[in-house]
Amino acid sequence: MKGALILVVLLAGVVGLQAVHERGGGRPAAREESLLYVRSPEAAARLALSYRSLLADLYWIRAVQYYGGTRLSTDPDRQYALLYPLLDLTTSLEPRFNVAYYYGSTFLAEAPPGGPGRPDLAIALLQKGLRAQPGRWEFAQWIGFVHYWWRQDYEQAAAWFGRAAQFPNAPIWMAPLAATTLAEGGRRDSSRLLWQQVADTAEDEGFRNEARRRLLQLDAMDQIDRLQQIVNGYRQQRGVLPADWDELRRAGSLQGTPVDPTGVPYRLQAEGVTLGPGSRLFPLPAERARVR
Amino acid sequence: MRVIGHVAVNVFKESVRDRVLYNLVAFAALLIGASYLIGQLTAGQDVKIIKDLGLAAIATFGLLIAVFIGIGLVWNEVERRSIYSLLSKPIRRYEFILGKYAGLALTLLVNVAIMTAAFYAVLAYLATQFPGSGAVDPGLLRAVALIVLELLLVTAIALFFSTFSSPFLSAALTFGLWVIGHFNADLRNFEAVVQSPAAARLARGLYYVLPNFAAFDIKTQAVQALPVPGSYLVATALYGVVYIALLLAGAVMVFARRDFK
Repeated sequence: MKGALILVVLLAGVVGLQAVHERGGGRPAAREESLLYVRSPEAAARLALSYRSLLADLYWIRAVQYYGGTRLSTDPDRQYALLYPLLDLTTSLEPRFNVAYYYGSTFLAEAPPGGPGRPDLAIALLQKGLRAQPGRWEFAQWIGFVHYWWRQDYEQAAAWFGRAAQFPNAPIWMAPLAATTLAEGGRRDSSRLLWQQVADTAEDEGFRNEARRRLLQLDAMDQIDRLQQIVNGYRQQRGVLPADWDELRRAGSLQGTPVDPTGVPYRLQAEGVTLGPGSRLFPLPAERARVR
Repeated sequence: MRVIGHVAVNVFKESVRDRVLYNLVAFAALLIGASYLIGQLTAGQDVKIIKDLGLAAIATFGLLIAVFIGIGLVWNEVERRSIYSLLSKPIRRYEFILGKYAGLALTLLVNVAIMTAAFYAVLAYLATQFPGSGAVDPGLLRAVALIVLELLLVTAIALFFSTFSSPFLSAALTFGLWVIGHFNADLRNFEAVVQSPAAARLARGLYYVLPNFAAFDIKTQAVQALPVPGSYLVATALYGVVYIALLLAGAVMVFARRDFK
C-alpha cells in the first residue's frame, strides 16, 4: 500500500513537471533539417533483409508526410528536395508499389507552391514504373497526363496516350483520347474529357477525388471567364471597375455574390476575377492562359 | 516417441509459465494501434500497409521467440544441473534433443496460429472500412506457412548451437546465420565482384551450404496477390525440412558426445 502511494506521488510529480516544461515552451527552438540517412536504393534494399515491403511502406509514409508538411509550411523558401529520393527509395524497395508512382508523380509535377514543379521527375518516376511493370498501360497514360496537364506538351501527351492505347488490355477510349489530344490539345473540353475518364475509371478513391477536384477547377475557370466578361462590360459602360459584387448586383448584372463550385465566393480585384481565399480549388492550373 | 512427447509438452508448459505468450498482447496492440494510425499518416494503401506490418510482426515476434528460447533449451538444463537427473531417467539423449525441439516448435506454432487469427480479425475489420479492397485474402497464408518453416529452421539452428556453446554466443551465431541467409544471392554472384577464383569458389560453396533464408520470404508476393508456383512452395518446404533434419542430426550427435561428468 505504501509502495503504491509512493508510485502515485512520483507519477504525479512526473506529470506535473512535464506540464511545467510544456508551459515553458519546451525545448529551445532549433532549425531542424530534414535528412535522408540512406539515399542509395540498393543499400536500403540490402539493409531491409526480409522487411523490404515494410521498409517501402515506411518510406512511403515519410514521403506523404514530407510532401504534406512542406506544402503546409509557411516558410517562403520551402523546398521539396527530399521528395524524389524518398519516392525513388519506396519504389526501388517495392517496384510494384503502384500508388507511390501515381501519387508520387502528381506530387512532383504540382507547380509551386503546392509542389516542387518537377514534371520531369514525375515522368522519370513513371518511366521507372513502366520498366518494372512493362504491361501496365496506366503508367503510359499517366506520363501522357503529366505532359498534357503540367507541361502543356500536347504532342508528347498524344504520343503517350497512343502508346498506352497499344497495350493489349488498354481501355477502348484510349485511342480516341490520343486523337483528341493531338487535334484539340489545350482546349478545356479535351481536358475535361481527360479528367472525366480518370474520375470514372481510376481504381483508387484518392485519384477519383483528385479528378473530381480538377473537373471543378475547369468549371471554375469557365465561371471566372464569364464573370470577367461581366466586369469588363460594366467597365466599358461606366468607365470604372465595380467596387464589389454588390455594385454589379445593383446594376442588375448579377443576382448575388458569385461563388465557386465549392461554395467559396470569388474575389474581385483590379487584376481580374480570382478564386476567393481558402478555396480548395487554389491554385488553378498554370495553363489557364493556354487552355481554352 | 512417447518420451519425446513428454519432453515437448514440458517445454511448452515452461514457455507458458515464462509468459512467452505475453508477446501476443504486444502483437495485438501493435496491429490494432497501427490500423488506426496508418489511416491518419498515409494516402491510401492502409490495407496493404497493415498486411505488410502484420506479416513482418508475425515473423519478428516468432524469430525473437525462436532465438531467445532456442539458445537456452539445452544450456539451461546444463547450467541448472538438471541434466543429470534428466539423463538418469529412462530417456535417451536424442529423445531429449528432439523433445526440446518439438516443444519449442509447438510453442511457435501456437503463437503463430494465434497471431494469424488476430491478424485476420484486424483485416476483417478493415474489410468493413474499405469494401472491395480484398483485405481478407486467404493467399496470405502462403506467406505465413513459409514464415513458420523459417522459424522452425531458426529454432533448429539455435538448438544446435545451444548443445555446445553459451547462450550469448548461440544468439550471436544464430542471428549471424539469419542475416547471412538473406544475402545468399550475393554469395552466388560473388565472382562478379572479386578477382580471386578461390574466393569466388569459397563464396559459391557457402551459397550452397549456408541456410537460404531469403527463399522463405514471399511476404511481398502474398500481399500483392502475385502468383507463387506450387512447385516453388513444395521445393522450399522440402529444403527447410531437410535442413532442419540436418541440424537436428548434428545437435543429437554433438549432444551424444558431450561428457557431463
